[in-house]
Amino acid sequence: MLEDYFRQYAVIAIFGVVAVLVPLGMILASNLAGLVHIRPSRPRPPNWQESPPPYLKTYESGFEPIGGPWRRIHVRYYTFGLLFVIFDVETVFLFPWAVEYGPLSARFGIFALAEAVIFIAILALGWAYAWRKRAMEWA
Amino acid sequence: MTDAFLENAFFRNIYCNLASSASPRCAGGGPFGDGMFPAGMEWLAFLITAFVIIFLVVNAALLAVNIYIWGERRLVARLQARLGPNRWGPYGLLTPIADLIKILTKEDIVPAAADRLVFNLAPVLIVVPVLLVFAVIPFASSTWVADLNVGVLYIIAVLSVGSYSAVMAGWGSQNRYAMLGAFRAVALLVSYELPMVLALIGVLMITGSMSLVDVVHDQNVPFALVQPLGFLIFLIGSVAEIQRPPFDLAEAESELIGGYHTDYSGIKWGLFQAGEFMATIASAAIITTLFLSGWRGWGFLPSHIWFLIKLVAVLFAMTWLRGTLPRLRIDQVTAFAWKGLLPLAALNLVVSGVLSFIWPAPGVAELWVMAIVNLAVAAVSIFTLGLLLGPRPGERTTPAGSAVFMPAKREGTA
Repeated sequence: MLEDYFRQYAVIAIFGVVAVLVPLGMILASNLAGLVHIRPSRPRPPNWQESPPPYLKTYESGFEPIGGPWRRIHVRYYTFGLLFVIFDVETVFLFPWAVEYGPLSARFGIFALAEAVIFIAILALGWAYAWRKRAMEWA
Repeated sequence: MTDAFLENAFFRNIYCNLASSASPRCAGGGPFGDGMFPAGMEWLAFLITAFVIIFLVVNAALLAVNIYIWGERRLVARLQARLGPNRWGPYGLLTPIADLIKILTKEDIVPAAADRLVFNLAPVLIVVPVLLVFAVIPFASSTWVADLNVGVLYIIAVLSVGSYSAVMAGWGSQNRYAMLGAFRAVALLVSYELPMVLALIGVLMITGSMSLVDVVHDQNVPFALVQPLGFLIFLIGSVAEIQRPPFDLAEAESELIGGYHTDYSGIKWGLFQAGEFMATIASAAIITTLFLSGWRGWGFLPSHIWFLIKLVAVLFAMTWLRGTLPRLRIDQVTAFAWKGLLPLAALNLVVSGVLSFIWPAPGVAELWVMAIVNLAVAAVSIFTLGLLLGPRPGERTTPAGSAVFMPAKREGTA
């Protein structure tokens, strides 16, 4: 029934609200503990942004942090991201095929299988090319 | 599709006590008498029932995290020939509660450089998706929160939100180590997501449905036997996805202080820990449902006990991995995913396609034949892969492209 179909998602939506409330409630409980002085909570000094006290400084094993963290990131992360996008789109196409595989193979016979095998073979070519181009090396 | 609510006994037993007995769903009233509400108030009954069920499941998940933290600490201690926490309560059972009180009463420091909004949102965002996974898992026969017809896709989608949390924590902290940890976490997630998702396709091919309730229902033989390759890939992939040892290089404390939660303290740090342990339980529940035939078992124990036994077995295996294996380097980890697991997953996909073509609607006997064929394929392919990618005898592996000088032999010493 269509109504049932939407009710399942309504349950998920309520679950989502509760799932957000749980961690928020925990943080709130901790802040309440700060209000009643169970938990230490210091007010920020007036010029905390210009010259932060030691406990508000970025933790770098006790050294003074020099420069910000927003530095250039090595390109290898980008190649992995690119590879992921390519192959993830492949999986998106394979999911509906896999779920409907029974009816498809009943109707189209061996074609349903051959089609997916050709699809995977083309991607295997791309995968081999990426390996050859050393896109999968960490260097 | 049958009436999903009447199928769900968990839901029906509460709903039909509230809703009017005149409503079409609960003709004849609930198990404890007629409904309380007049006709036309079914929406309120629905809301209350949904909330009660969700309340139960969320609390069970949070309690399970506490018990699991204790169990893991005890077990890892035993594996490392220590005693583990044994002070508070019998066998130290109350230690997680003591930890929680301690965490709640610690000062909550937000560094001056941090982006406050992103910094504060990250710990919330690590817990939410993990909790949401429990919404579609059937815990016992006819006991689940919601039966989505895209359940498997939902789990994949929801679990990958966790990577946002890692990036937000690393970016928001404005800390170099946290940033590096976040990038490592994302590289890991991105690499292992693919083989994991591809390994699931073999399961979907046999069941022909993405609903987890149907997957358990069709699992006359545990899919860990029918799809051994897929099971192994999924197990490794989920250990990597939740960043547990040996794949915990995103928070390698010897290199990156604490990874992306370096600058967190108090309850926010606690939320990161809780989220990680809860993710372990959620992954174990997914593996139990998809590959170990969920709540199904023999008749002498009720179905939820079977689910728990399998869940604890998977958790034990994961903890054993943590206690035994050393942390891997990131180049090893990503190379293993892309060069090893991805072709294995593709091979598993093709083999299951051929087998499902031969037996379109497999019965128990056909499933066993498929299991034998797949076991042979798994053994041969893993052995071949080991020959192709494994180290040569006597070879010492060095990081790819590293400038580390390693002399082949020692000179000048007797």
